[in-house]
Amino acid sequence: MGERLENFFGVVKKRFNGYNEEDNRETVKCPRCQSLILLERYEELHRVCPNCNYHGRLSTPERIEITFDKNSFNELDRDMVSCDPIEFPDYGDKQQELRDKTGLHDAITTGTATIRGVETVVGIMDSRYMMGSMGSVVGEKIARAFEYAAEKGLPVIMFTASGGARMQEGIVSLMQMAKTSGAVQLHSEAGGLYITVLTDPTTGGVTASFASLGDIIIAEPKVLIGFAGRRVIESTMRQRLPEDFQLAEFMQDKGFVDMIVERKKMRSTLSHLLKLHGYTPKEV
Amino acid sequence: MDDKKTAWERLQLVHTKGRPTIRDYIPLIFTDFYEMHGDRHFGDDHAIIGGIARLDDRPVTIIGQVKGRDINENKACNFAMPLPEGYRKALRLAKQAEKFHRPVICFIDTPGAYAGMAAEERGQGEAIAKNIAEFMRLRTPVISIVLGEGGSGGALALGVCDELAMLENAQYSVVSPRGFASILWKDASREEEACNIMKITAEDMVRLGVAETIIQEPLGGAHNDLDKISENIKEYLSLKIAEKCEKDIDELLKERYTKFRKIGEFTE
Repeated sequence: MGERLENFFGVVKKRFNGYNEEDNRETVKCPRCQSLILLERYEELHRVCPNCNYHGRLSTPERIEITFDKNSFNELDRDMVSCDPIEFPDYGDKQQELRDKTGLHDAITTGTATIRGVETVVGIMDSRYMMGSMGSVVGEKIARAFEYAAEKGLPVIMFTASGGARMQEGIVSLMQMAKTSGAVQLHSEAGGLYITVLTDPTTGGVTASFASLGDIIIAEPKVLIGFAGRRVIESTMRQRLPEDFQLAEFMQDKGFVDMIVERKKMRSTLSHLLKLHGYTPKEV
Repeated sequence: MDDKKTAWERLQLVHTKGRPTIRDYIPLIFTDFYEMHGDRHFGDDHAIIGGIARLDDRPVTIIGQVKGRDINENKACNFAMPLPEGYRKALRLAKQAEKFHRPVICFIDTPGAYAGMAAEERGQGEAIAKNIAEFMRLRTPVISIVLGEGGSGGALALGVCDELAMLENAQYSVVSPRGFASILWKDASREEEACNIMKITAEDMVRLGVAETIIQEPLGGAHNDLDKISENIKEYLSLKIAEKCEKDIDELLKERYTKFRKIGEFTE
């Protein structure tokens, strides 16, 4: 009995430390249903919770790998890095640190790629880089991507993931909302198709600009989508919020998301939508 | 003009009781004002006022956020924090102006868009995004003036324009100084420090290419001489509206796009 009790506490302790007791394999906790998942299994499932179907955060290389044709991704504007428009303390150092840690140059990677042979311009945001926040580089890369697509007659697919505007760039970051939205409009007037894929989380100034302007708005299951943060709403307004508040399913129900698409069906869905709009595979 | 005032001191001025609001300015700058209500979808948001009036002899459309002058007025206008239907009312009136070739004048004075459950359910993000995108391509001149607080996306939804002017003590920011301190330092009490490093004054806006003009306030602030500040705003508007109305509209739209397209600091 004593031994079993000890074991029990051992398990609990190890689980809290993020390990599975039996073989010390690493586990992750699903932020939606709180269940523990073996990291190995989670990665196999491309970071989808097997219990509640929450679609977790992917790194940019993972997203490229599961979405586009092999070796078809060509990055644009790779070397662009942000200056420090409001001289915010330690902003430069913090960015260097993140560049070294993530291999990213800022919170978005843009480029061209093919999906089942159909060429498209793409943007992939990555929450590991300053919570995917939008500053000068994110704004400029997006504007250039849309301008390039308009010029070449290509569609645009944006995978969004962002906490909003980048505070460290002050008002300059707010203005990126206007810059990106303007570029979306030019591409739209040129007849181009723009598909937004809202991933976890898409909030703030990104929701209030290019992310909400897609001709088609797709969301991954259970991801967070909203303008103001849940905590802000709860604390300042003293309102109790429903469990599913600001999740993809809630936003679809309220009329702001066209469809919720699982990760395993994303590539085929995007491919079909591109073809339904007359975009055809590139001649080899 | 008193150059020595810090951003924080100016923020106190902007929050001074008696600081003139759009309701004070309209009768002193325009004639024949007819207020128009509602977004034709959901309701009428009292945080935004809009309508048609004359500036000199020219018909114009006026849109702006409404601050209250006392607690009852503030309750009625939700402290100038619009809901999605407020932004949709603004866009409806802007499209109406476009149809009749009336220039649009926007008065910005908001701590930010309302953050609440109703706002999220009705698509606050979508409403702001749509305004930004549509104002960018609106085929009529647009001039915006920040009267006091220009807070975040809720301000930008009325801020995509051919020219932006700031009242001398007005501020424009990505988030309120309090929000900035609480997000970046997890300490809202460092509001004053945040305010002074955020670069949110009228001079900062001109330097960063966000605003073109600073409209002088009477000594001590706009509340000290309402007639004088109204006269200054009117003088600016008369000049700018006439100038923009003479321009070829396609040229104007190209310049509007470029104004925002070039804001940002990066190397490659």
